[in-house]
Amino acid sequence: MSPRLLRADADPVGRHDTPLTVTVNGEPLAGVAGQTVAGVLLASGRRSWRAGPSGAPRGVFCGIGVCFDCLVTVNGERDVRACRRRAADGDVVTTQSREPGDAR
Amino acid sequence: MRVVVLGAGIVGAACARELARRGLAVTVLDRGGPAAATTAHGEGNVLVSDKGPGPELELARLSRRLWPEILAEHEAPPADAVEWDAKGGIVVATTDAGARELARFADSQRAAGITADTLDAAALAEAEPHVTRDVALAVHYPEDAQVQPSGAAAFLLGGALRAGAELRTGCEVLGAVTSGGRLTAVRTSAGTIEADAFVNATGPWSGEVAARLGAPVDVRPRRGEVLVTTPQPPLVFHKVYDADYVGAVGSGAEELQASAVVESTRAGTILLGSSRRRVGFDDRLRPEVLSVIARKALRLFPCLAGVPVMRAYGGFRPYVPDHLPVIGPDPRLPGLWHAGGHEGAGIGLSPGTALLLADLLTGRAPQIDPAPFRVDRPAVLFEGDDQ
Amino acid sequence: MTARTRRHVAVVGAGPAGLAAAAAALRAGARVTLVDAAERPGGQYHRMLPEQYRAARPERLHHGWAAFDRLRRHVLGHPRCAWWAESSVWSLERPGPGDETAPRVHVVRGPADGAGRERLVLDPDALVLAPGAHDRVLPFPGWDLPGVFTAGAAQALAKGERVVIGDRVVVAGAGPFLLPVAASLLEAGSTVLEVLEANPAATVLRGWGRRPWELASQAGKAGELAEYTALLARHRVPYRTGRAVIEARGDGRVEEVVTARLRADWSVVSGTERIVAVDAVCVGHGFTPQLELPLAAGCALREGFVQVDGDQRTTAPAVLAAGEITGIAGAPAARVEGLVAGWAAGGGDAAAPEARAARRRRDRARAFAARLAAAHPIGDGWPGWLRPETVVCRCEETTYGALCRAADAPASAAARAVKLGTRAGLGPCQARICGPSVAELLARRSPPPDLAAGGHRPATPHHRPVAQPIRLGELARPPKENL
Repeated sequence: MSPRLLRADADPVGRHDTPLTVTVNGEPLAGVAGQTVAGVLLASGRRSWRAGPSGAPRGVFCGIGVCFDCLVTVNGERDVRACRRRAADGDVVTTQSREPGDAR
Repeated sequence: MRVVVLGAGIVGAACARELARRGLAVTVLDRGGPAAATTAHGEGNVLVSDKGPGPELELARLSRRLWPEILAEHEAPPADAVEWDAKGGIVVATTDAGARELARFADSQRAAGITADTLDAAALAEAEPHVTRDVALAVHYPEDAQVQPSGAAAFLLGGALRAGAELRTGCEVLGAVTSGGRLTAVRTSAGTIEADAFVNATGPWSGEVAARLGAPVDVRPRRGEVLVTTPQPPLVFHKVYDADYVGAVGSGAEELQASAVVESTRAGTILLGSSRRRVGFDDRLRPEVLSVIARKALRLFPCLAGVPVMRAYGGFRPYVPDHLPVIGPDPRLPGLWHAGGHEGAGIGLSPGTALLLADLLTGRAPQIDPAPFRVDRPAVLFEGDDQ
Repeated sequence: MTARTRRHVAVVGAGPAGLAAAAAALRAGARVTLVDAAERPGGQYHRMLPEQYRAARPERLHHGWAAFDRLRRHVLGHPRCAWWAESSVWSLERPGPGDETAPRVHVVRGPADGAGRERLVLDPDALVLAPGAHDRVLPFPGWDLPGVFTAGAAQALAKGERVVIGDRVVVAGAGPFLLPVAASLLEAGSTVLEVLEANPAATVLRGWGRRPWELASQAGKAGELAEYTALLARHRVPYRTGRAVIEARGDGRVEEVVTARLRADWSVVSGTERIVAVDAVCVGHGFTPQLELPLAAGCALREGFVQVDGDQRTTAPAVLAAGEITGIAGAPAARVEGLVAGWAAGGGDAAAPEARAARRRRDRARAFAARLAAAHPIGDGWPGWLRPETVVCRCEETTYGALCRAADAPASAAARAVKLGTRAGLGPCQARICGPSVAELLARRSPPPDLAAGGHRPATPHHRPVAQPIRLGELARPPKENL
C-alpha cells in the first residue's frame, strides 16, 4: 500500500474537509484544504518527486522543514519545502532536479 | 637549506610546493588546519580582468600561465578536486559613465597584452542568456578562470608533501629567536623550530605574526562577504561582474564597498559577491551588507530574484594600503621572508607568488620584476594614514 | 506606560517552551512579540491540525490539550502580545562587543518559502530563543530511499495532516520518543511491526533507574509514556531493545529493512540479521537541537547545548534560552524552562514565590534530561553500519568513502576543507541532517587540531548565519523596522 489520507468519515477527530485541486507536472491531483503540498503528493500515492544530484529519488524525509528533501516548484517559485507549504486550490506544482533542462 | 613556511593557506601551500620541489627541506606550520581560514572563505578567483597594467597584472599573467602547467603535472582525481574552470569573465557596465570608464580600462589592458573582447548585445545574450539587457558595455576576458579554493590549496599542499615537505598543524608562532640580528628559529606553541629561512604566509594575520617576530608590516584584514544560493540549473556561465568591482578592489575606503560579482559553481550553487569592509577581525554578519550585495546582483541578473540564498560566508582578506602583495626578504630581519598581502586575489596569484619567492630565495633570476613587491616600501613598513 | 516605553520581549518559537515564555513575560508586564514559522502555535509537540480541516475533536490527538488550548488562547489573545505566524527568523544580528543590547531579529513573514514575503526587523529589549529540536537520524545503507522517514515526520504527518505513511511499518532508533510515534501510527491505522530501541535493556534500565515511570512522573511524563506502552501491548507490537534497522533496501522505494542485534556500543552482532518486509520505516536516534540562532546570537555552548544560568540566561547579553536547545528533556521541562526564561526576560522579580517554584520544577526536569541521555545514548559503533558507497550527506550525496578519503589526506583534512572538497553539509539543508554525523566521523578519523584560527569561528555543524533561506528579491528590499 502507499501513503494515504485518513478518510474523513473514519477520522475520530471529526474533520469537515474542503476539496481542492492542484496540478503536478500538469496532472490534476485532488487534495483537501489544509494539507501541505507534501501531504497532497503523499496522499495521492507518490513517495518521491524530486531527483537528487545523481537522479536518486527523494520525497518526504523529515516532514518538518529541516531536510529540504521534498523541495518542489510552486507556481514558478523554485525550492519550496513541500512539507511546509500549505496547498492552495489551483497551485501549479512542478518537480525539480538539477538537470540543465530544468532551468526556468 | 631548511625553510619554514608559516601558514598553510593557499599562498603558504604554493610556496612550500615550489621550495620543496627545488630540494629544500620545508616545514609548513599552521595554527589551525590547512586551508581553513582566508583560503576557504573566498570565491576562488583567478582573474586578469580586474587588474590594470602594472606589477599586479604581471604577477596575474604569470600565475595564469602557471596554473594549467601545475594542474597538468598530476593525474585526474587530485587535480579534479581543484575544479579548475577557465570559464572567462564578463565585465558589464550599466551606465554610460561606467561604459566610458570600462572602455578606457579595457584599452589599457589590451595594450598590456590582455585579451579583452567587446561583446555586442547579441553576443552578450548568447554568452549569458539571463543577464540584464540594460547594458551599456560588456567586455569578455577569456583568460579569467575559477578554482575551488580549498581544493586548490589542498592540491598544492599535497604536491609539497609529496616533494618531501612536512606539515605541522595546531602550531602557533609565538616569537622569534635571533642570533647576530638574524632570525634563526621561531618559538611556537609546539616548541622552537630552527631553519635558515622563514616565509610569512599568514595572510591577514601577517601583520600580527611579523610583529611577534619583531619586524612589523602593515597588512590588515579587510572583510569580504559572499552569498551562496541553493543549487540551480545552469543560469550563469561566466564570472559576470559589474564595472564597479574594479573600483571597489582598488579602493582603500573603510566603509562598505560593494559590487556585483555573480558566478556559478560546479555544484550548481551561484556565488554572489562581493563586499569589502575594514572592520578588523569582527566576524559578525551584517544583514544590510547582504542586502546590498543582493540588490547589486539583481541589477545584473534580475531573473535571480526568486532564487533562495541558503548560506553566507565572510572572510578576512590581507589588505595592504597600496594594494600590492608583499613578496621578498625582510631587510630588517635577515632570515625572514614575506609572501602575502594579496587581498582578494591570493588564490589566483599564489603560483606566481611562489615562483617569485622561490627564485629570490634560491638566488635565481626572477621571471618578473620583484621590486614593486619589496618589503621595504612605505605602504608596508609604515602605518598607513587610516584613510 | 505606553507600548513604546514598555519592556519588549521577542520570543522565537511557539512550542511548549516559547508559549510558556510568552505567557510569563506577559505576566511580568512586558509587551511580547511571538514569532513562529508555522501557521499555528504548538511546535512539534502540540502540532495542531490545520484550521481548514475544521476538526470537531482535535483533542483526540493531544496529551494535555485543555491546558495547551487555554494557554494558546490566553497568549495569542492578549492585548500586549503580537503573534507573528508564518514568520521565519533568517538572521540574528549581534551588537558589537561591550554593547549589552539584545540582537536585532531579522524576520521574513509570509507563506513558507514564498517569494514575496515581507522583511521585518525587531529590536527587542530581551530575546527568548525556543526553536526546539529535530530528529537526529544516523546514516545507514538505504536511508536515502523514499519510504524511509524520520520518526518526527511520521508523527507530524499523522498528527498534523492525518496522512498515514504506510501499512507495514517498523519504528526504530533510540529514545522514548519512538513510543508516541508508534502510537500515532497505530491510531491512524498503520500496522506497526515492531519498535526497536538500539540500546540494550541493560543500558536503558541503568539510565532510567529501577523505577523509570516513577522518575518520569516528576517531569509529568509518566502517564503519557505508560499509556503508549499499554497501547503497544494492546496492539501486540513488540518493543525490542538492543536491536536496530541497519539497512533499508528496495527499488526506488523501501521494500524491506535489515534489522540486527547490537552490542552496547551499537556494533552489529553478525548472524543476527533479519529481513523484514515493510512499506515504510521510521527512524530517530534522539534529537539535534536547532542551534543556529543561539550561535548567531553569540551564546556559548556546553556539551552541545546552549549554556544557561538559573534564570535561563545565556552568555549573550539579553538573550535567554528555553526548551530543547538547552538539553533534550521533553515538553514538560520545556514549559517550565519557558516560564523561567519569560519571567526573567520580562523583567519579573526573581525572588517572587512563583519564580522560585518554577525554578525548582525546572531543576527537577533537568534531572529527567540527564536520565534520558544516560538511558538512550548513541553508541560509538554506528559507523560500522556504513559501507563506502553509503550516502552520508543526503543533499549532495556525499558517500562515507569520499569522506574517509578526504579526511585521510593530510593536505585536505581540516573540517572546512573536507566539507568544501566533498560538499558534505553544503547542500540545501546546510548540514542540519548530516552535520553532527559528519563531524563525529571526521573527529574520529583524524582528531584534527582544527583550532579556531583567530577571527574565524571554530567548526560547528550548527553555524548557519543565514538561518533560513531567503530569496534574493526579499533580501534586496529594505525591511520594516520599529515594530
